Amino acid sequence: MSRTWQRFKTSYLLFSFKEDRTAIFSAVVLLVFLITGLLAPLISPYDPYDPANNDIMNSEMPPVWMEEGETAFLLGTDIQGRDMLSTMIFGLRLSILIGCGAVILQGLLGIVVGLLAGYIGGKIDAVLMRIADIQLSFPYLMVAIFISAIFQVAFGIGRYEELAVPLLIVIIGLAEWPVYARTVRASVLGEKNKEYVEAARVIGLNRWRIMFRHVLPNTMTSVLVISTIQVANAIMSEAALSFLGLGMPVTKPSLGSLIRSGFEYIFSGPWWITLFPGIFLVLLVLVINLLGDWLRDVLNPKLYKG
Amino acid sequence: MTIAPTPRTDQLLTLRNVVKHFDISGGLLDQLRFKNGRLTRRRTTVKAVNNVSFSITAGETFSVVGESGCGKSTLVRTTIGIYPPNSGEILYRDQRIDNKNAQQMLPFRRKMQMIFQDPYASLNPRKTVMQTLEEPVVFHNPRISSADVRQRVATVMSQVGVDPKWAGRYPHEFSGGQRQRISIARALMVDPEFIVADEPVSALDVSIQAQILNLLMDAQQQRGLTYLFITHDLSVVEHISTRVAVMYLGTLCELSPAKPLFETPRHPYTQALLSAIPKLGRPASQHIRLRGEVPTPIHLPSGCVFHGRCIHANQRCRGEIPMPKQVETGVIVACHGIEEGRI
Amino acid sequence: MSHLLEVIDLEVKFGLRFGDLTAINGIRFTLDRGERMGLVGESGAGKSVTGFAIINLISKPGFISGGQVIFNGQDLTRLGAEQMRDIRGNHISMIFQDPMMTLNPVLTIGTQMIETLLAHRQINRRDAKKIALEKLRKVQIPSPEKRLGQYPHEFSGGMRQRIVIAIALITDPEIIIADEPTTALDVTIQAEIMDLLQQLCESERTGLILITHDLGVVSQVTEKMAVMYAGKIVESGPTDRVVGNPRHPYTQGLIKAIPGNLQPGARLSQIPGMMPTLTDIPPGCAFNPRCPLSDAICRKQEPPFVVVDHQTREVACHMVNPEPSEKTP
Repeated sequence: MSRTWQRFKTSYLLFSFKEDRTAIFSAVVLLVFLITGLLAPLISPYDPYDPANNDIMNSEMPPVWMEEGETAFLLGTDIQGRDMLSTMIFGLRLSILIGCGAVILQGLLGIVVGLLAGYIGGKIDAVLMRIADIQLSFPYLMVAIFISAIFQVAFGIGRYEELAVPLLIVIIGLAEWPVYARTVRASVLGEKNKEYVEAARVIGLNRWRIMFRHVLPNTMTSVLVISTIQVANAIMSEAALSFLGLGMPVTKPSLGSLIRSGFEYIFSGPWWITLFPGIFLVLLVLVINLLGDWLRDVLNPKLYKG
Repeated sequence: MTIAPTPRTDQLLTLRNVVKHFDISGGLLDQLRFKNGRLTRRRTTVKAVNNVSFSITAGETFSVVGESGCGKSTLVRTTIGIYPPNSGEILYRDQRIDNKNAQQMLPFRRKMQMIFQDPYASLNPRKTVMQTLEEPVVFHNPRISSADVRQRVATVMSQVGVDPKWAGRYPHEFSGGQRQRISIARALMVDPEFIVADEPVSALDVSIQAQILNLLMDAQQQRGLTYLFITHDLSVVEHISTRVAVMYLGTLCELSPAKPLFETPRHPYTQALLSAIPKLGRPASQHIRLRGEVPTPIHLPSGCVFHGRCIHANQRCRGEIPMPKQVETGVIVACHGIEEGRI
Repeated sequence: MSHLLEVIDLEVKFGLRFGDLTAINGIRFTLDRGERMGLVGESGAGKSVTGFAIINLISKPGFISGGQVIFNGQDLTRLGAEQMRDIRGNHISMIFQDPMMTLNPVLTIGTQMIETLLAHRQINRRDAKKIALEKLRKVQIPSPEKRLGQYPHEFSGGMRQRIVIAIALITDPEIIIADEPTTALDVTIQAEIMDLLQQLCESERTGLILITHDLGVVSQVTEKMAVMYAGKIVESGPTDRVVGNPRHPYTQGLIKAIPGNLQPGARLSQIPGMMPTLTDIPPGCAFNPRCPLSDAICRKQEPPFVVVDHQTREVACHMVNPEPSEKTP
């Protein structure tokens, strides 16, 4: 274990990270976000999902630095009387949860498909890639509306609210797995012809073992690079769906839902309901993208001088 | 009739009329062509190996030489079972191995191993040396204890000249020559009888080449190995080979023990090839010039594949494929001119 | 006597995160009009870097840290970008190892040849085309008119390298630097390309610096050669003398390691160890850990150049005694 740590300490990765201020800044901000989201129940001033806290008398209060603001509600309240800060923290948590969950689903599905298509080739490749193409040609919004609506009709709103998070993970996960499939397939096609794969065949290993134990680890670099972008995309997708009313229900708002609920009031009235969640969301996606950019440059073998 | 060698008990490996073609036509859409107002399907085949036969005796170093496109890489990969041949037979100790499935091949995999050309691509970059070396042993001996495995790895690593203390390192931490040693160690781990070496020293500097060649020759002596060696470097061939096969466009031109081949090459292609080697101290422009360019293995010339570039070619050469014939003991040449006594 | 090209104490360094590494540590040689010279060494010795340094093509983090490259009286290391562009491809051309990398796959070779000409000469397209055709004939490409409109992938490896040579010659340069021009080619094609290069250099009186690891090729084509090790020249002189009677232990080891000079089946003589990487060059003579003659002084001091063999050759070795001047009766 300490050998790995040693390798990491002297690696080009760490060196490049320390040199790149954007990367450091992004990583710090992201870490703050992650910790906030993780510890949401502990650090949030109120529990925004508890209807007991939502006193309609408190609704539409401005942030603390404006007149009529109160220190009890640092960033104000929304139209239902929920504390903005708490709701945003929990919303952040939801975004991260759904973003990561969707990417894990996409990743697992996409990697396996890409691996099979790339290594086995032939008809399996043709069939799998056609399925991927068809999947991509369905606009995910349309699919989301469809699935969402059917689910709500079939199981009722109550059930929907309980299962909203897993449902969103599945919808967004299924929408984007072809991205992983294509990336992994391209990587596998490149690795397949390398001599270490031939050597494994000469030893007598069967194709499954070669695929998963030899080729797959060598495709992880490209998977890592697109994963950051995909997490950012998944978060944006969830926000968009919630904004349209198809994502998180009103009782468990995410950043997207908050933005939606305050949308009509941007220019007059409680503008903070849309603005603060909006800034939060933008910042989150931005730092993920910046880190992703840095990671891509660092892992690019042509630029790699270590 | 082709001279297809009949297997004898000391023949370790025999190839009989082996043919290997690759279909690179692509998918259905790639094949369609519009010609003369009709839609036709065009198939493109790379005829890599065309009717090659020979036998390798136990303990010898059998080299296959030829330039790019001659099919030597495909030939040895077909021999060791990476590709199945389109037709023909491959026998290991009188047992056919070209028609076995993966499960049936396992006992043979322990006896036949391979070393590759590119030291940078032949080791899995994500596995440590230990992981790479223990895998073949553990795979073929699932009940072996981990202490025994570690012992074997250390022994073989020392034999190839790599410090066993470095077993925990990754390939990129080693130089090209060291990586090639590790590749050789991997091949030796299962204690094979027969090793195919695909240009094992071509990617290395001259001084490292010498080290690796010495290592291979030592290993052969200590373990009684038989080598099937491919290379394009004829001076290496001359030094280490027992017998040499010269290939051109997938066809066997000449097969002979090493010394006679280099002293009196028979086939016109062999003569041109040997004269082209830059020798220290010998002035250039004495080499035999071949006409034309190397044709592709996709559109093989008719008759003798070499006829387009051979100064001795006649009508028969253009129409009829020459069969390998024994010219004197142990020397086989496929050439009409030799057969007719013209050359 | 002034030479066409004079490289004096050239030094090239690479600025990396843990300090500067010296890739070339003070080399010098000269080249005259029409002279063919070989620069020999194994990978890592610095020979390619030398070739690039002469025409100032070293890319970051490398840089020329000292010395001069005097061409026709001008120091190339001091020239600005504009002036260097006039020299490169015009007076000094370079040929690389892989023709597929040199030739742009999406442009016809005609475009590539004419473009090169137009960049350096004030002539019209028609005249440029005529010159291109003439050069293609010179490198023995059949039916050049048809070939001008073709793309690089339509040619074989050997023909591509001929085209690259034609492009290199198109501006009638005074020097061609050829960096491993035949390593990627088959043996029979290699022989033809080296022949061609030699003929052309002789007929056009172009100087040639042939950078390679292949002693055989060097001994056939060049008149004089220099052997490089770890960034320095260790032996130089007329090719047939260096190859026939090498004086530096490294050169001797190299020649003995080549198979073909020994009894078949015998163990090849090998030089133990490996060439040091830039980060761990030993003090004193860089070759001393692998040298059979190495002594205490070799580990402390860098060896001076010793003139041997009737004043024709230089060897950088403590263990070589300068020959006394020949006593002619």
